[in-house]
Amino acid sequence: MGGWAIAVHGGAGVDPNLPKERQEEAKRLLTRCLDIGISALRSNLSAIDVVELVVRQLETDPLFNSGRGSALTENGTVEMEASIMDGPKRRCGAVSGLSTVKNPVSLARLVMDKSPHSYLAFLGAEEFAKKQGVELVDNEYFITEDNVGMLKLAKEANSILFDYRIPTIGTCGAGAAAMDSPLQMNGLPISVYAPETVGCVVVDKEGRCAAATSTGGLMNKMTGRIGDSPLIGSGTYACELCGVSCTGEGEAIIRSTLAREVAAVMEYKGLRLHEAVDFVIKNRLDEGKAGVIAVSKNGEVACGFNTTGMFRGCATEDGFMEVGVW
Amino acid sequence: MGWAIAIHGGAGDIPLSLPPEKRLPREAGLRRCLEVGIAALKARNHPLDVVELVVRELENHPNFNAGKGSVLTTTGTVEMEACIMDGKTMKCGAVSGVSTVVNAISLARLVMEKTSHIYLAFDGAEAFARDQGLETVEMSHFITPENIERLKQAQEADRVQIDYTQPIQKETPKDAAVADGDSQIGTVGCVAVDNEGNLATATSTGGLVNKMVGRIGDTPVIGAGTYANHLCAVSATGRGEAIIRGTVARDVAAVMEFKGISLKEAAAYVIDRVPPGTAGLIAVSSTGEIAMPFNTTGMFRACATEDGYSEIAIWDSTSK
Repeated sequence: MGGWAIAVHGGAGVDPNLPKERQEEAKRLLTRCLDIGISALRSNLSAIDVVELVVRQLETDPLFNSGRGSALTENGTVEMEASIMDGPKRRCGAVSGLSTVKNPVSLARLVMDKSPHSYLAFLGAEEFAKKQGVELVDNEYFITEDNVGMLKLAKEANSILFDYRIPTIGTCGAGAAAMDSPLQMNGLPISVYAPETVGCVVVDKEGRCAAATSTGGLMNKMTGRIGDSPLIGSGTYACELCGVSCTGEGEAIIRSTLAREVAAVMEYKGLRLHEAVDFVIKNRLDEGKAGVIAVSKNGEVACGFNTTGMFRGCATEDGFMEVGVW
Repeated sequence: MGWAIAIHGGAGDIPLSLPPEKRLPREAGLRRCLEVGIAALKARNHPLDVVELVVRELENHPNFNAGKGSVLTTTGTVEMEACIMDGKTMKCGAVSGVSTVVNAISLARLVMEKTSHIYLAFDGAEAFARDQGLETVEMSHFITPENIERLKQAQEADRVQIDYTQPIQKETPKDAAVADGDSQIGTVGCVAVDNEGNLATATSTGGLVNKMVGRIGDTPVIGAGTYANHLCAVSATGRGEAIIRGTVARDVAAVMEFKGISLKEAAAYVIDRVPPGTAGLIAVSSTGEIAMPFNTTGMFRACATEDGYSEIAIWDSTSK
């Protein structure tokens, strides 16, 4: 017991027909991020620094739905959100509606450290970003060809819903996959709506926990829509006992205040980390689909999900390391 | 058991020496809004309809920090937020950054009922309001002279206030009433339960005086300022940043469930754990209990139950 531990995720809810190459690519990215986090922990960086560092990596890589590679709004633009929380004093920072900030999680950190508030959004957040001198880019930077294609499919799926024939698209085979897989997230084909939010939770050698989550949100979302990722207690939570990051159907995670729930059952029911994660996944989601990664101050790490798959990786100081999709 | 309802008009450092011209209109406002809620419950309206109706009244009242009478951002604008939740279905709706919608709480309800989302903000929320044909006005409609003055004072003192400071009378020295400069009118809310145990909560606010443009507080964050499930319905008020960190509204229900204690005990427990002077809340349980604890100097509040009990108060009964 004790020692550092780290977990990362790239979204709960994976299309079972996802091509092997994509799965391998995802595992390589998760492994790379874990290695970066592990190095940082070995260099005695604090938990809060490590979660920010790792999530920045995930945002910068276009593979998952955060930073570059974010899902698109109904208007074809990107609106990103993120939150970060530091266990020891439960300090927190969150941002929503970002369209030019290269690393949303770092802006969330600045909100926590450099502003009198906990949560900034849209124009106000962008103004703050300018004043803080963080790296800004055009909205186009975040938009990938993959996602432009996905948006098109999403609009078609939305209008036709359960009875659809989607023409096969060359690049990712999403069309064929959509026909073969009846799996849904947010009520729509998983091949298009797979959440792929990213997150990281860490406990450092001193037993301090931290958590961070970042996302582009729901494909084809209404402009201005805020999901669970920036909401403290829903997508992200950290306290003296643990650090938690969630992913999946945003509305289900909000309704169940999922991240806070893990900590609450540990605190009030005395459950251990694994039991707490299992409990909330089994009992708090009802019809909702989501996944959770969590660490405890005792150096434990746990993942849980009721979806088909969750991109995840975890490692502990005693040498344990695992990266998985299913 | 019968129905029960509680409303609040904000917790904070409300000075005991609050002059009548400031106290009476707020007490009258609480009384009137309580009566609106009571009448709606007697007419067997669903608690979700009741809390929306009451909060609309509080938003329209210019002396509370919601809707008309909202405090101003650092640039002198109004950015309102609101949230509503149904305890039985756990459906919820929230909005932030609303500047032209007369009743933000009604917009929050529409987000809940007419979209597949829970939370819309800023331009997106405004566009949705227009789509839905909600009543919108010029932003100036919400701005009152009192709040222009509050902003001026806050900027002169260069701080962000939860609340209002007594407007400084040139003739009288800055007295104990504004000891630490902050006193609270922030946020309005209503919680209600009918005699079948259906619960609902609604909260609405203009936020913090002199807040940064784009600042979001606890009100629209489910589990922080607003929360309802099958056990209870909660609406919190105070220093948003502390309420978010403390997941106040959610914790009341969690503590009831996990510790098996009453609503009153759970509510007191949760308020005790946020820093002094930062929060208050109103809550009702599925069995008709009411709790209205606060760790600030005062909280504008009122409540009533079907058996005829009713109360309107600002400070602790012991502090008078």
